[in-house]
Amino acid sequence: MSNPFDINGGACVAMVGKDCVAIACDLRLGMQSLTISNNFPKIFNYAPSTYLGLTGLATDVNTVSDLFRYKVNMYRLREERDIAPQTLANLVSSSLYEKRFGPYFVSPVIAGINPTTGKPFICGFDSIGCIDFAKDFIVSGTASDQLFGTCEGLWEPDLAPEDLFETISQALLSAVDRDALSGWGAQVYIIEKDKVTQRLLKGRQD
Amino acid sequence: MPGFDFTNYNRNAALHAKGVPLPKATSTGTTIVGCIYDKGVVIAADTRATSGPIVADKNCEKLHYIAPKIWCAGAGTAADTEFTTALISSNVELHSLSTGRDPRVITCMTMLKQHLFRYQGHIGAYLVVAGVDPTGTGLYTVHAHGSTDKLPYVTMGSGSLAAMSVFESTWQPDLDRQGAIDICAEAIKAGIFNDLGSGSNVDVCVIEKDQPTQLLRNYMKPNDRPQKERNYRFPRGTTAYLDQRVISKEDMKKYVTIETLSGDDKITTGDSMEVDT
Amino acid sequence: MTSLMGNHSGTIGYSFSEPTSANVKQHSFYPYTDNGGSTLGITGADFAILAGDTRSTSGYNINSRMVPKVFKIGGDDETGEGANIILSVVGFAADGNALKEKLDTMVRMYKYQHGKSMSVGACAQRLSTILYEKRFFPYYVHAILAGLDEEGVGALYSYDPVGSYEREQCRAAGAASSLIMPFLDNQVNSKNQYIPGSGEGHALVPKKAEPLDKETATKLVKDAFTSAVERHIEVGDGLQLVIVTREGIEEVFHALKQD
Repeated sequence: MSNPFDINGGACVAMVGKDCVAIACDLRLGMQSLTISNNFPKIFNYAPSTYLGLTGLATDVNTVSDLFRYKVNMYRLREERDIAPQTLANLVSSSLYEKRFGPYFVSPVIAGINPTTGKPFICGFDSIGCIDFAKDFIVSGTASDQLFGTCEGLWEPDLAPEDLFETISQALLSAVDRDALSGWGAQVYIIEKDKVTQRLLKGRQD
Repeated sequence: MPGFDFTNYNRNAALHAKGVPLPKATSTGTTIVGCIYDKGVVIAADTRATSGPIVADKNCEKLHYIAPKIWCAGAGTAADTEFTTALISSNVELHSLSTGRDPRVITCMTMLKQHLFRYQGHIGAYLVVAGVDPTGTGLYTVHAHGSTDKLPYVTMGSGSLAAMSVFESTWQPDLDRQGAIDICAEAIKAGIFNDLGSGSNVDVCVIEKDQPTQLLRNYMKPNDRPQKERNYRFPRGTTAYLDQRVISKEDMKKYVTIETLSGDDKITTGDSMEVDT
Repeated sequence: MTSLMGNHSGTIGYSFSEPTSANVKQHSFYPYTDNGGSTLGITGADFAILAGDTRSTSGYNINSRMVPKVFKIGGDDETGEGANIILSVVGFAADGNALKEKLDTMVRMYKYQHGKSMSVGACAQRLSTILYEKRFFPYYVHAILAGLDEEGVGALYSYDPVGSYEREQCRAAGAASSLIMPFLDNQVNSKNQYIPGSGEGHALVPKKAEPLDKETATKLVKDAFTSAVERHIEVGDGLQLVIVTREGIEEVFHALKQD
């Protein structure tokens, strides 16, 4: 049997712009080389401007996204406020590390804008909860190598929301076209202080 | 003590037995060093985190806070160094609160080794513990299996040999503060340039008696990326999209379900809690 | 102490694990090493570029910061003067050198025997044969061959280790090929790019890939490599750029980050 991270395939990327962030994912769900679905989004929303992307083993993507839905709902009931991306980051980190010796096979990515400071925030994790704070971009999934290449080549600081959309979309589409396990359409979220734009990208269906 | 959850353990062990490889955790390659001087101790680290041959984080922090005057440099599995130092930091704080004394480096080192020994090396944290306490200056290495060393200068991680070559060729007794910083930074640079697992910047932490601890984040930045030759900004409208949904600030509120209760019966609320002002 | 840092994963006593036969020592010799590094080729209407980093690695160590991966093929002397074909090899450096020497000799013998230089197309076919000759003990390399074809147009051929080859516009090979190739698809072949305002959704007109000029291609190569250096630990130290034009072969070196 092969690596659980590579069974279902999928890719996710987050980027920082000027007073905005973007997060994007592909839509493929596969079993090895067989594509099962071209409508399997990997980005989940937990607060008005807090988004979580999950790639890896699809069963764990579902389990973990539901687990955080539960945990964030409990947080909101207790605290009577929305969860900030930084808070979610620490919640994800400690929840994953709790399973240090039997991890979920997921590589999470967080993108959002802090509701109190208004500052953009992105971060990524390995499957046991080590946080990667980055000022530029975070990548995850079976196309992570390709995404590192495209993001490192195309990204530049202080992109406006519309320019950030073009950059993240081009980076994702070009990357997944060179990965057999990712692609089949893509979804992008552009998160601004008081507006979120969700777009369905036209991508190759092969 | 951290209360690990083993619910997925059997599932993953069964998969592992069928030949599924273990998940790739970030960072095994690192260079960390430490060196004592006449009035205190310096520790330093590079800032590269890797996942296989790929650089996962170009500027991560490998210098961890334990107590105001005890800091720790971590190599090995990144998540393990992060959480082990956080746990011991928490226990050290509670311990110093209950004893009413400043925490000691040897106490911290002992707590770390006992914790790591209990997990038989499965917690992959390789640490350099340093600090000053009422008994003087302390500098130790702690390995994942629980063994420790006490030395005037130490190195760890995949770049430890490159870094040690600097200490073995240029270290001398009774260094002063700047001398210790210089030799540590030079040792880290040896790791950065000669070990592929290490790279990017140099972080330094200086701990001295009767002096606030200084974390010199990015003390040296010898690896800034040169300016790109071309501009890669796309004309707006370059990407084709088939559908769009705009969620305005008002719509965002819809994620919180607000239900107005029917009927005019008064909703009773409890007395508000007394709060110190 | 250092010995304790070694691999211990084999000793984990999973209840599911297969029993291992004890006391049986297996000796083996693995004849290949991965020396890391990356190469890349781009062609245009009247030129071909081959580039490679100059770092040679084994494991976490750097063997050398100056080992060129691009060679002139079929030159008149040791300097490669008079050549009009270039070859890049990445993977196992010893095999790469052996392959380069063999191809170089063949192309020179061809010139002696026929009194004219070999065309890139013929050289490409010959290289494929050389690689396939060792089908069951392959040269552990990813080769790229470049030059100008009979019309003077840039020609580039890329190979797998056993000789399967194809003529392409651009190709990245080696350790960071997965990082560089999608960037090239986007910037050289304008993949996934559409003409703004030419329509909506499915009706948008794809942007046509225009042949690059030499200066733009050179800049793209440099940016592709500085990006790869940032994210791949085996790529760095120096960038070797070899450009074939009608005027001949030009070779330049640029510095890359050394960490």
